[in-house]
Amino acid sequence: MALYILKRLLAMVPTLLGVAVLIFLLLRVIPGDVVEARYLTQGSQFQSQELMDLERKKLGLDQPLWKQFGSWMSGLGRLDFGLSMWTASPITEEIKLRFALSLQVAIMASTIATLLAIPLGILAAVKQDSWVDYAVRVFSIAGLATPSFWLGTLMILAMLIIFKWVPPMVFTPLWVNPWDNLAQLIWPALAVGYRYCAVGTRMMRSTMLEVLREDYIRTARAKGLWLKLILTRHALKNAILPVLTVISMEFAFLLGGLVVTEQVFNLNGLGMLFVEAISHRDYTLTQALVMLVATFFLIVNFVVDIAYAWLDPRIRYR
Amino acid sequence: MRSLVHALALVAGALFAFPIQAQSPRYGGELVFPVPSEPPSYDGHREETFGLIHPIAPFYNTLLRVDPNDKSGTKPAPSLAESWSVSQDGKTYTFQLHRGVKFHDGSEMTSKDVKASYDKIIFPPPGVGSTRKGQYVVVESVEAPEPYTVVFRLKHPSGSFIASLLSPYNFIYKADILAKDPHWYETHIMGTGPFTFVEHVKGSHVVGKKNPNYWDKGKPYLDGFRAVFMRDTAAQVAAVRGERAQIQFRGFTPVARNDLEKALGNKITVQESPWDCILLVAINHKKKPFDDPRVRRALTLALDRYEGSKALSRIAIVKEVAGVQVPGTPFATPPDELAKLAGYWRDPEKSRAEARRLLKEAGVPEGFSFTFMNRGIPMPYEPLGVWMIDQWRKVGLNVTQRVIEPAAYFGSLRKGEHEVAMDFQCGYIVEPDLDMYKFLSSSRNPANYGYYEDPVLDQLYDKQSQATNPEERKKIIREFEKRVLDEQAHYLMTLQWHRIIPHSSRLHGWTITPSHYLNNTLDTVWLSP
Repeated sequence: MALYILKRLLAMVPTLLGVAVLIFLLLRVIPGDVVEARYLTQGSQFQSQELMDLERKKLGLDQPLWKQFGSWMSGLGRLDFGLSMWTASPITEEIKLRFALSLQVAIMASTIATLLAIPLGILAAVKQDSWVDYAVRVFSIAGLATPSFWLGTLMILAMLIIFKWVPPMVFTPLWVNPWDNLAQLIWPALAVGYRYCAVGTRMMRSTMLEVLREDYIRTARAKGLWLKLILTRHALKNAILPVLTVISMEFAFLLGGLVVTEQVFNLNGLGMLFVEAISHRDYTLTQALVMLVATFFLIVNFVVDIAYAWLDPRIRYR
Repeated sequence: MRSLVHALALVAGALFAFPIQAQSPRYGGELVFPVPSEPPSYDGHREETFGLIHPIAPFYNTLLRVDPNDKSGTKPAPSLAESWSVSQDGKTYTFQLHRGVKFHDGSEMTSKDVKASYDKIIFPPPGVGSTRKGQYVVVESVEAPEPYTVVFRLKHPSGSFIASLLSPYNFIYKADILAKDPHWYETHIMGTGPFTFVEHVKGSHVVGKKNPNYWDKGKPYLDGFRAVFMRDTAAQVAAVRGERAQIQFRGFTPVARNDLEKALGNKITVQESPWDCILLVAINHKKKPFDDPRVRRALTLALDRYEGSKALSRIAIVKEVAGVQVPGTPFATPPDELAKLAGYWRDPEKSRAEARRLLKEAGVPEGFSFTFMNRGIPMPYEPLGVWMIDQWRKVGLNVTQRVIEPAAYFGSLRKGEHEVAMDFQCGYIVEPDLDMYKFLSSSRNPANYGYYEDPVLDQLYDKQSQATNPEERKKIIREFEKRVLDEQAHYLMTLQWHRIIPHSSRLHGWTITPSHYLNNTLDTVWLSP
């Protein structure tokens, strides 16, 4: 097991290196840079080439690409992401601010999704083709068909029209004021959680149906084993593996991918930071964010692999 | 009978007087407003975005300001300077400063600070960027002969110098700090303004609290303000509708205005104004057949701006048909005079017939195709682009739209590969020198995306700039306008933007102007219960 873990950890290094090269090059290929975004987009009458050249020099954008890449990589080696090209603030500070919010939304949404998806999926499988199954299927298909941001917009409109109330506009950490915190974050968590719950429910239902048709389940039933025991001890352990993968991957995605939902609920999260970094052509910040999300995906993937190996001893790295 | 009329008039007068009396400013409260953009740094001398002005301007003062009650947004009013005078030759401006003005650190503001701030803007030291340096080329020197006197010496008389000092970006900084580190103000806030800095949570909000030692006694009225960064328009509208915010200072769409009025009734007050922002059409003179003035004139003649205004103002933030100056401001062209210019005629059929004739004369065949480059921003680029393409189709032109991502757009324009493209201009004050600079020859202005040289136009610009008599200046501006929009049709003006500010009826002491960069010091703003 230890060797398996070590090999999985080592496999992350070339992946991260590949991501680093790719994002560095992609950003340089797309037109425009941070200086243009800063000085040419506001409709100003006076645009000074001299000022733009000065700013490019200050940011090191006048240096050859290999030099820029080298200095970025040496920073990464020291876990120093540098300064944001747009705000000149340390990137760790920019990310730290948003990370708490994004992590909380991701945890809340994933919890909602998991708590609903697993029982609903099992229930639909066990009661296949009954009205319960149909109801769960309608619920999950509606969840798949409804974009989270649209559901979020509807939620806000409903709260405005019915209760003449909108969630707080500014993030308050949970430990400062739990009520304000939940009043702001529960809605995006519900909007996003519903969609992921729908994905999980469908996956849970289909894998459970598959497992329930296996010989060993039939044998257990024939032995007269109690259904609840068959489901929890024998079926769930095997059926949950793909669901675990889906939910974990979505958890990783939620950290940086909630762009539109964050916009709708005005959340100061990593998704919005991502969009702003790209629209400002803030190379250093975008690179750091991509590396952060990639690392997070790899870690989640790694944890899932370990969980797989633990849940199913047949799985081993060769 | 006469006494009865007098008595009724007195009663009516008393009735009307009561609400006026009831509207005297009230102290207290926190003003909350969404800001659709966030400042990259805190340095007004360096940045160009309203995202800096809205949350940061309340911490500072400028030498002069625009009169906060002037709807045209052009009338100079004292700020840190309580008075000023101009020498007979029009080349020396002397400003007397208020005494007893304190920075937020308790030190006194003097002429030394004004000089250091303007020196940073006009003559920045090596390695320091100043965005507005180009606006002050007329300034020869800034002097501080006495602690409360500042003198600006100009190279020649200028009709726009006072207006250029009204820039809301020209915060007065502390000289000692600038001497130690000219970049200090990029990351710190310390001014003389009506509010002192409390916190800036990146991506979230800026908070300011009342400056108890503010030099303008009795102000500000608010206890503080909270500027919340909010990119999404629907979220901003929801914040105002849900009464979490009282105002958004940039502007909403007509649709949002209608929704808010319907939902909030008399709890919402709407102020509207022509907006000193406009989408222009840059016609690349280096591309054939656009080097021919007849073709360019045909492009402007094809646009029925009056009908376009009626239709588009219902869905987009555009409305006024305008020349080179915003309607309702001192140098604006009266509508009847404007209607004499090509593209502004009242009879659209006559205009289109002339456009077709000119195209034919220039050898442009029916169905001629070209590409119109547009910026990937929905409001108002998209509706205006669609409208123009439809208008050009009516004179036999077949236009394809190519939409470019916003951040890369101006980089594309600077490459000069476009044929016809949308261009954009937005000013902090309506002033001919600022608004007409765009149209100067590309050798003088690198932001001229028509890529033409027109020495006649350049001469007219310089002449009006140095004219200190407003009537004489107006005449030259008319000549300039006729040349740029009609005779040469170097650039096309679309429709002036229209600024719509629906705000809580509890908010008072704020007047809309044509610029969303003005009137954000918040010293005159107050909230009723």
